[in-house]
Amino acid sequence: MSNIESQTIAYVRDTMLPEQDPPLIESGAIKWLRENLFSGWFNTLLTLLSLVIIWWSVAAIGPWLWNMVWNAGSLRECREILAGAEGACFAVINDRWHQLLFGFYPPALYWRPVLALVLLFVALAPILFPDLPRKLLWFSAIYPFVAYHLLWGGSVWLPVGAALGFVAGAVAFVLVRRINGLAAIFAAVLAPVFWWLFLAAPFDSTMSSVLPWGLEFVRSDRFGGFLISLVIGITGISLSLPLGILLALGRQSDMVFLKSVCVIFIEFIRGVPLITLLFTASLLLNYFLPPGTSFDLILRVIIMVTLFAAAYMAEVIRGGLAALPRGQYEAADALGLDYWKAQRLIIMPQALKVSIPGIVNTFIGLFKDTTLVVFIGLLDPIGLSNAIRASTDWQGIYWELFIFIGVLFFVFCFGISRYSMYLERRLKTDHK
Amino acid sequence: MSTTSDLRTKSAPPKRSFELSMLLYDQRYRSITIQVFFLFLLMLFAAWLIDNTVNNLRALGRDFSFAFLNAPAGYDISQRPIEYNSQMTHGRAALVGLLNTLILAVMACVLATVLGVIAGVLRLSNNWIVGRLMTVYVEVFRNIPTLLWILIFGAIMTEAMPAPSAFRGDDPASRMLFNDAVAITNRGVWVPSIMFLRDLGYFQLGPVAPSITWVLAIAIVAAGIWANKKLIDHATRVQNATGVRPKTWWKSILILLGPIALYFFALGAHLEYPELRGFNFAGGTHLRNSLIAMWLGLGIYTGAFIAEIVRAGILAINKGQTEAAFALGLQPGKTMRLVILPQALRVIIPPLISNYLNITKNTSLGLAVGYMDLRSTLGGITINQTGRELEGMLLMMLIYLAISLAISGAMNVYNSRVKLKER
Repeated sequence: MSNIESQTIAYVRDTMLPEQDPPLIESGAIKWLRENLFSGWFNTLLTLLSLVIIWWSVAAIGPWLWNMVWNAGSLRECREILAGAEGACFAVINDRWHQLLFGFYPPALYWRPVLALVLLFVALAPILFPDLPRKLLWFSAIYPFVAYHLLWGGSVWLPVGAALGFVAGAVAFVLVRRINGLAAIFAAVLAPVFWWLFLAAPFDSTMSSVLPWGLEFVRSDRFGGFLISLVIGITGISLSLPLGILLALGRQSDMVFLKSVCVIFIEFIRGVPLITLLFTASLLLNYFLPPGTSFDLILRVIIMVTLFAAAYMAEVIRGGLAALPRGQYEAADALGLDYWKAQRLIIMPQALKVSIPGIVNTFIGLFKDTTLVVFIGLLDPIGLSNAIRASTDWQGIYWELFIFIGVLFFVFCFGISRYSMYLERRLKTDHK
Repeated sequence: MSTTSDLRTKSAPPKRSFELSMLLYDQRYRSITIQVFFLFLLMLFAAWLIDNTVNNLRALGRDFSFAFLNAPAGYDISQRPIEYNSQMTHGRAALVGLLNTLILAVMACVLATVLGVIAGVLRLSNNWIVGRLMTVYVEVFRNIPTLLWILIFGAIMTEAMPAPSAFRGDDPASRMLFNDAVAITNRGVWVPSIMFLRDLGYFQLGPVAPSITWVLAIAIVAAGIWANKKLIDHATRVQNATGVRPKTWWKSILILLGPIALYFFALGAHLEYPELRGFNFAGGTHLRNSLIAMWLGLGIYTGAFIAEIVRAGILAINKGQTEAAFALGLQPGKTMRLVILPQALRVIIPPLISNYLNITKNTSLGLAVGYMDLRSTLGGITINQTGRELEGMLLMMLIYLAISLAISGAMNVYNSRVKLKER
């Protein structure tokens, strides 16, 4: 600093002013309140209105929840414990939770559905989290057969026989491919069909008589509660995605006839309510099948729900396909890839990524729609809540059951939607 | 030979006669092969289904006919938009059910749109508490099945509302709302209805008999809207020519409300209030519990989905659009109306209409609370009584399909009208 400057500019401060707190009104909670809740007359009005709504709901539900009763044998006992006070009688959940979760599945065998659910997460893990070792995918491939055997039981050779059909297809494909590529595809289709039609049944009976292994058989009508929702929902979800992809490709295809069949199928399924399809499954299927055939109601429902979800899935995936720039198809052609290779390596990874939110919404919708099976007499949680209400012990109990069922559905659906958000973030490659 | 023909002969593919293997290996023919093969499989499958159906019907000793629609129904329907009694035919009952379905669908669509737009806009608000409240609404309703909501609202109506007897006496336990106009009871909701001293009667239109009074009223309102549009077009022309927009608001009000008010006054329109008579309310319009439960259940549930659509539509508009509009000197209100809304609507309308479609299909859950819609009349009692599952189900599916296709057809027309014209 020169001398002249120090003489002429006498007012230059050479020390910093001590830092001061902002004015009380511009800091902390008050500032936050002012900016977020009371920034204008309209916002103030909204805030007050929200507070009234919150207060009103807490005042209506709060005491009722506060006085909850967990241990009682019937609604009457509950009321005696409450002695006139308003209170929730969650004792019904305590009394009947096993029914709401498992239906009439034999209590001694509850470990089987639980194990199937745990193994489901093991099977899903390598698909959901790509960091895990790829070897785990082999378990995912055999999981459907394991789950079937755990849930229904019976002879172990029935699912093994079904699985061997796929093995037969793979073996036939590998063997014939050396001779002719196209014939290999035919062989891969025909070998399993031949196996299932003619060899699976003798295989099952022979092996069962030689090695009678298996779990205790549980009939389908013992299934109920969330077990049935999960079985229908998860099977429907996993089958409808590949079917939906095929339908979407069919709708995009240049083959006029194939395309129109796909369009008609998709528009028909999307145009009618699911409940009419379920009634078709339960009432009309007997007309369409050869006389004397009857097969499991749960299986029929799974087929219908799968077809229903596949049509919606096809539309979601079509949206993803439409969002891809034309250049991606042209680039795949330029690289000399054939149709299926182009789809597998270039088109589908991008189209599916774009349509993740839609796919997940369809999954959630499908899972919620499993409640409709109550109309055709399957005992899903809602059907069981009606059955519990019809018993003398719990006549007239509504809210506690609704809350329990609602919370369980909420946890599942909310969890799936959060996972999809995580997936979207992880797969995001652009820099918007 | 000239050079050009030389070139042509050199570059042209070698001429090969058609061989059978080309059906599989030549791309030009392969698609035809695949389609013929596919068609063959499909026809085989269809033939198998039809053959089975014919055999099954013969085994049961049944024919395939829709004659049951002309047989007397023999059951009552609680909510009758058109004249119906149990002596009338199954066809008539199905028509009543269809009308009930449409009434419910329209009511639920209106409620869902109002709730969805409010919640979608408020969820974007800077107000923390309102934003959270709307998030809770959307997430709670979206993640719980609609059937459960319908049952919950049904239970609220029948279990938590006062009985009509609670309204009796000098110091009743419950009071009617809005100056003795609306009564909410466990037997339904009563609201005032508009009555005319000089009613114009009915006319016969095929199977239904609409009221002349109301048809005329709707015609007058429609004519008023049309005349108002002409007036606004005229004002715009004047503005374009002279730069000054003539004041039209009082003319608009006069054109829109004047004729209908005069018409109502001439016919002696008045409100009929519900009154407690005996054990129940009488007079006014009775909205049954089943209707209220379905209406609230479908409306509030779908409102949560519409809220997300509205939010996404507003968020999809680039902030630069607002800034550009401000830079042009447009006021916030005009910015919204002329710049943001037209673009946001293009994003919002298609999924909005598919939600309307969902509401229409979900009305078939009416069975859960005993609402007599198409599914409960034609697809329920009628097929139970006549045993005509095949015909009844087919007819019902076709009706739902026709409604759905009509709605999505309307959507396609709209989409092609607002589509971005890209070059």
